Order: sequence, then C-alpha cells, then structure tokens
Amino acid sequence: MSLDKADVVKIAHLARIAIDEEMIPEYTNNLSGILELVEQMNAVDTDAVAPMAHPLDMVQRLREDQVSEENQRDKFQEISPKVENGLFLVPQVIE
Amino acid sequence: MHNKTLAELSAGIKSGEFSSEELTLSYIQRIQKLDGQLNSFITVTEKLALQQARAADKRIAAGQADALTGVPLAHKDIFCTDGVRTSCGSKMLDNFIAPYDASVVSRFKQAGMVTLGKTNMDEFAMGSSNETSFYGAVKNPWDLDTVPGGSSGGSAAAVAARLVPAATGTDTGGSIRQPAALTGITGLKPTYGRVSRYGMIAFASSLDQAGPMTRTAEDAALMLNVMAGFDERDSTSMDRAVPDYTAELNQDLKGLKIGLPKEYFGEGLDAGVAKAVEAAIEEYKKLGAEVVEISLPNTGLSVPTYYVVAPAECSSNLSRFDGVRFGYRCEDPKDLEDLYKRSRGEGFGDEVKRRILVGAYALSAGYYDAYYLKAQKLRRLISDDFTKAFEQVDVIMGPTSPSVAFKRGERSDDPVSMYLSDIFTIAANLAGLPGMSVPAGFAGKLPVGLQIIGNYFEESRLLNVAHQYQQVTDWHTRAPEEFK
Repeated sequence: MSLDKADVVKIAHLARIAIDEEMIPEYTNNLSGILELVEQMNAVDTDAVAPMAHPLDMVQRLREDQVSEENQRDKFQEISPKVENGLFLVPQVIE
Repeated sequence: MHNKTLAELSAGIKSGEFSSEELTLSYIQRIQKLDGQLNSFITVTEKLALQQARAADKRIAAGQADALTGVPLAHKDIFCTDGVRTSCGSKMLDNFIAPYDASVVSRFKQAGMVTLGKTNMDEFAMGSSNETSFYGAVKNPWDLDTVPGGSSGGSAAAVAARLVPAATGTDTGGSIRQPAALTGITGLKPTYGRVSRYGMIAFASSLDQAGPMTRTAEDAALMLNVMAGFDERDSTSMDRAVPDYTAELNQDLKGLKIGLPKEYFGEGLDAGVAKAVEAAIEEYKKLGAEVVEISLPNTGLSVPTYYVVAPAECSSNLSRFDGVRFGYRCEDPKDLEDLYKRSRGEGFGDEVKRRILVGAYALSAGYYDAYYLKAQKLRRLISDDFTKAFEQVDVIMGPTSPSVAFKRGERSDDPVSMYLSDIFTIAANLAGLPGMSVPAGFAGKLPVGLQIIGNYFEESRLLNVAHQYQQVTDWHTRAPEEFK
C-alpha cells in the first residue's frame, strides 16, 4: 500500500510527532516501502489461525494489593525538565 | 590480561595473580587508549568502576566471593543504571540519569562484578548497523569502514576488541546474535521470559530479551547464571528453576540431531558465509552429530510480520517520551500539543520516528485487523514451524546473518534492505525461542557467525553445543590485528 503526504501528516499527528515540511516526501517514500514489505503477509490465508499475542502461553500473575514501592518523588523530579513545588510543569492547558 | 576469558580472569583474581582493582584499571586504560577508533562506549564509569573493584577485592579477601566477583563488564546503554546516564542511544534521553537499576544490573552488582560503563547502540535498539545512535556510529574492529551490526553494536565491538571481557546486550529481532556474528564473538538470546526486562528500556515488549555477549560459550554460561531468574517486577518473567548453565558444557554430542532448514541456505546468502557455515556443520558431524534437512516454510514471512509487531509495540511503548516528566523537552512550547510534538520530533532520530509512524498506522482505526491481527496470526504459523521441527531435531543451525559486516552508509538510506539483514534471526524472537551466534570462521577478513536455535528453555543445550565446537576450533580466540 502506498501512502500519500496527507496520510503521513495524519499519522504523525496521531503519534504526536512534529515532522518538518521538507522531510514529508522522504517519510512518505520510506513508509510506503515498509508497508509494501509488510504486505507480503497477504500471500497467506490465515482465516483459521488463532492470533498469537505472546510467545509463551501464560496467564497474568496476580498479587496481593499491597504497597510495594516507596515514595521517591523527589528523586524522580530531579531529572524532570521543569518542576515546581513537587509538580511537573507544562504549558497552560485551560484558558 | 585482556586476552583472558571471564573464567580465566575470575581464577586469576581468586588465586591472587592480580586484584580486581588492577584488572579494572588495565581495562579502563585500554578503553581510553583504543575506544577513540571504535566509539563503542557512550559513558565510561571509571570512578564507579574502581570503587566497585576495591569493594570486590575486600569481598574476596573476606572469603565471600561469587563466581564472577571482581571481574569487569559493560552494560548496553538500554539498561537503567542508578545515578548513571542511561541514554538508549537517543537525544531523547541524553540528559536522563536513571533513578534506579535494571534487574539485570542489580544482579551483576550483587554478584560483585565491576561496571566499566555503558555501551553504544542503535537508538532505542532500532537498527542492525549501529548507525542510528545519537552518539555516532560504532566501528567494527575487524575493519573500521564496516559496521559492527546492531543494535548491540557497542557491546559487540567492545568485546571483540578486548576492551571488556563481557557485556550485556538485548535482542528484539537479532540485536545480540547479528552483531555477535559480525564481530566474531559469542552471543546468546535466551528464551523469552528467562531474563527480567525490568529496567530495560522497552522497544517491543513481546519480543525483547536480554542476554550475554562474550568471547566463549563457557563465559556466556557464567553470565547467564547471574542474569537468569524470576523477577516479580517483570510481569512476563518465568517463575521456573534456573539450572547451572555450566553443568552440561562438557557433555559429548554423539547422537545430537541437528536440523538444517533449507530456507536458511537459499537465495540471498553470501557464498563465503555459506561455506563457513557448511564447514562448521562438518565439524559437528565429526563430533558425532547427525544432520537432518528440515523446512521452516514460513521463514520468508518473518520479516514482514516482525515489521508490524515490533513497530506497533514500539509506538505504544515510546509514547511515554512526551517531554513532561523526564527526557528531552523542546524550547518554548506554545501549548501542550506543541510540547509533545516538538519534543518527540526533535528528540527522536529518523529510524525511531519511522517505526513509531508505521506502528501508529498499523494500530489506527480501520487498519488493526489488516496489519496487527494478521501479523499475530502469522506469528502463530512461524512459531508452529519450529514446534514441528523440534519434534524431529534437538537444535537448528544455519547462518546468523546472510552476509558479513557491510560498509557504513551502504544500507542506511534504505530501511527495507537494512531490515532484510535480520531475516535469519527474527523468527526466534517471534516464537520466543533461545538462539545463539558462535564464531565459525571468516569470509575474506571478516568473521562469520553460526546460529544455533534451541527449544524453549534449552539454553544449557545450546551452550553445550557451542562449547563443544569451541573445544575443537579456535575461531573464538581470534582477535582483530590492531586490538590483540
């Protein structure tokens, strides 16, 4: 399947990635090439095949609902781009 | 000292031939002297290493040493290391000082091993040539114009050049085995779930698996003894007993049934690689193994299937990099959406962005069934091929990579040709099986890797099969001329 520029702009928005205008043709080409490779999957009929989500048949492990981690907020905030009074700062969201 | 294996270094420390501090210092000096040519390290932690070495010497003096106490290693920069930058080869995490240790890292610390630093890698482990790193390409010590493979290319080049005796790697589609093959070292990808993924920066969570990169199979067994085991902090970790992986190394191979998939020896395989792999199989026959031709009919579908599953999981995993709580943030965001988009657009490199976009597309409304669900169904067929094969044979062998190391720049403009270099390694990840690459000679002056794939949790057998080969060949002892 071949994508056009509008598709790439839409996918980039879905993925929240800014792509420079002049790079869009290159992305369009490369992504179309990858999807062409991927489409080789269609050569095989898989109607009767059960999907495999995970290599090992295993069930989700459950545990008691207990606090197992200690609070390390200060340590985690040391590596943040912008914090104030223990809060992570982002541009104003609500006008 | 730098030509000794882990096993020999450990014996040397214990007998008092040299201390951990002396050994660590000699490796640090070697890295300082030689890594300028290779760029295999992103961060060298010399101060920390010497502290750890002195602590190890005390522990040894107190008679509390484990098998590898005091021996140095390096970690791929995908493993979180408390207090040390963990970049994952990306501008996105260039300023990220991990606030905790990955389980793999803490296990090596508990064993008393010394961390020399963090090795270079393809950005977020997405690549087969180590050219996508934010910190620049890694060079192959066998020929500085060629790539070391990827994504664990820094670990591979450092081990091959004797800058470290061993390193950790991760393998999502061949990222331990392919660079091991291209640099002439031994690499093992364990069964999915064998080694904890906790603190290992996620790329494709149903495929990612950590493993050892060493010069010999015996060393890989020693490393896996430390790495393997249940971890409640990884929801897909297997709660299953860990054997001593060195216990079966010396078993003979009489009657071993080796399957050779005809799909691994066809079109697209370099003649020099085919010749070396065939010679290795002749050695196995001499050791008493039987060879059976088998078929893995869906091999050709593994690359297309992988390039849906891996990007889909990566687009989801990498959504955590949003410029808010850690990592790169763009300058002067005008609103929240601008902050997300520009932080991600500027923080990620091209290959990472391509894969996120492919994954976002495959998971988007209206396309899920055609891509992701279809890929999961094919994954079942690929996995079933192996199940059938292992009813007939004990291990599967073939080339690790269809070619030897290629020139830098040769494939970097064409993602699809790069993806096809993983054609023989990807299927083991999709099925979750353990696989190894073992040095098996040269094509021209460049090393060739023999791949050995085993059944689930049969790492001991893989290591035994590799070790027996290394008892009758010396490919694994060869060093690149300028790094002897």
